[in-house]
Amino acid sequence: MNDPVDVLVVGAGASGAAVAWSLAGTRMRILCLEQGDWVKPGDYPSNGRDWEERQFADFAISPNRRAGAADYPIQEEGSPIKVANFNGVGGGTLLYAGHFPRLHPSDFRVRTLDGVADDWPIDYATLEPWYALNDRMMGIAALAGDPAYPPKPAVLPPLPLGRTGEVLGSAMNRLGWHWWPADAAMATREYEGRARCINLGHCIAGCAQGAKASVDLTYWPEALRQRVQLRTHARVHRIETNADGMATGVTYFDADGREHFQGAEVVIVACNGIGTPRLLLHSASGRFPKGLANSSGLVGRNLMFHPYSLVRGYFDEPLDGYRGPHIVAWSQQFYETDARRGYVRGFTYQFSRGQGPVQTAMSAMGWGRVPWGAGHHEAFRRVFDRAAGMFAICEDLPEAHNTVTLDAELKDANGIPAPRINYTLSDNSRRMLDYSVARATEILREAGATDVVSEAPLPYAGWHLLGTARMGNDPGTSVVNAWGRSHDVRNLFIVDGSVFITSGGVNPTATIQAIALHVADTIKQRLANLFD
Amino acid sequence: MTETNPSELDDAERRALRAVAALMIPACAEHGMPGADDDAIFSDITASLGRDAVAVRRALRQLDELAGAHFADLPGSAREEAARRLREAHPPLAAALVAAVVRCYYRDDRVMRAIGMEPRPPYPRGFEVGDGDDSLLDPVRARGPIWRKAP
Repeated sequence: MNDPVDVLVVGAGASGAAVAWSLAGTRMRILCLEQGDWVKPGDYPSNGRDWEERQFADFAISPNRRAGAADYPIQEEGSPIKVANFNGVGGGTLLYAGHFPRLHPSDFRVRTLDGVADDWPIDYATLEPWYALNDRMMGIAALAGDPAYPPKPAVLPPLPLGRTGEVLGSAMNRLGWHWWPADAAMATREYEGRARCINLGHCIAGCAQGAKASVDLTYWPEALRQRVQLRTHARVHRIETNADGMATGVTYFDADGREHFQGAEVVIVACNGIGTPRLLLHSASGRFPKGLANSSGLVGRNLMFHPYSLVRGYFDEPLDGYRGPHIVAWSQQFYETDARRGYVRGFTYQFSRGQGPVQTAMSAMGWGRVPWGAGHHEAFRRVFDRAAGMFAICEDLPEAHNTVTLDAELKDANGIPAPRINYTLSDNSRRMLDYSVARATEILREAGATDVVSEAPLPYAGWHLLGTARMGNDPGTSVVNAWGRSHDVRNLFIVDGSVFITSGGVNPTATIQAIALHVADTIKQRLANLFD
Repeated sequence: MTETNPSELDDAERRALRAVAALMIPACAEHGMPGADDDAIFSDITASLGRDAVAVRRALRQLDELAGAHFADLPGSAREEAARRLREAHPPLAAALVAAVVRCYYRDDRVMRAIGMEPRPPYPRGFEVGDGDDSLLDPVRARGPIWRKAP
């Protein structure tokens, strides 16, 4: 079972799937170890009448709340933003909303353009072919011609605007502000064996139709057909090394708690911005006392989340409500730095439709818009099917004091120390959040909302786990090089969001996967001298 | 109280939670809607506490403390006052009660019909969403590119 392999990928999520598929054509022996399991379409909540409840139970985005067998606990009392993830084949793509923007050319040159953080060692042009390939592999719905981006092709037709898109888009037009149908990881028509979206409206608890592009449905079937092996219920807890300082493989626990060693010539870590530093720090040894690949001391530092604000308006007219994907359109009117706003960098608005009755009631009661008691029913009817709004995805700049470390007490089911998150919201982020709420309120009022509510930062929105093993050309200030190889361990690669230098103000999955494809391509190009 | 099975309420807790449910979402004759203390709905609530059971039980104890008596034994006005104080002083506990009640109430067939929904899950029939008017994007196109070039 545990014969050595050429390439070992740790983690079967967005980046692990992409890198495994890309390397499959090399005929190398490739194995992926994943701590979770496959999720069958019939398991998703939208199959049943408890579809809204299960979003807060076995399909909760918080691993601490979900507490499934594949989950590891996270000590996050030291953070106002809590981690969201999913542990299984497909990783976070199983529960993401499918909002699929790219970074912009300017995002790779933040130091040069705005004098903050650092420039990336790669640029938009480096990733552009991999963004395009990834869009085809994932089957991205989009409308070509978005003025907020350099020209890029659309693979599938865009999501329906619906009444929500019309109302919000008309308001944006009156204000003279940018908006555009969102690039979305949804099959708006049949695509590569995936059924078309039928507007189940519950994308973030998994798509029972299989229309959402989670990588268990996109990359993995293709990779498995090319004889990549995927071993589930395999929780990797250490990367082992030899006297030459090279990785020799990993140690993992199986479902029965038995420990195994899996040898490999190359180890690729794809465990996200929390799991990756946890694994590297837990791989400390006499040779690498600060943790593996950590001579810079930057493993686990510079954690970036994307602080979110949520602003929702209640309207007199019925909108799309719970029907259709949550995501509709985006605005990047406020994406770039404008010194008059009082902060640097910017954000994307992700316009969203309404919610089902349970979440409508819970959120409206939380905001005091639907009371307990006699007035409950009339108030509920004023908000149900009549809500729309937006999330602002704010750029989170890297700060060394925002960290992932190993907790001294909390452990997972196998006794592995849990990650501990220490994160503070910067003044820049607070000002950006405030600005995003103010402009969103203006938009919703212009659109005709009779009441507007907001929350910032959203506590349970730590979807985007970035920056904790940053890339760079200088081994003193980065963990991996411009093609994902560890500066310290020459057969160790990292391909997940850990390698981000800055976060941009967009959802990162498209960029995470483009980087994974870029790293895989570079590995293929350099096979003869990969470890030089 | 059974600490080994924290989702199972004892009789006193069930009475208190039922009183909370009735207070939170009373029946509505005008729209033909049951209250959240309806037999079928309340049975669903108690069977579905799951991950919120500990918080719900804590909330019920807190209600008793705020009222100075068992919540279910209070007259209506005193129940309202205790619930108001709970919402003000302990929002997470109040939120646990809201979650426990509304997630079962709003999936009841009678309730779903009364608010205009078909009593069914989203899959496999899905829903219709209009394409919308693409010409709304013409002004956005007309303003031209807004992305920032980088060296």
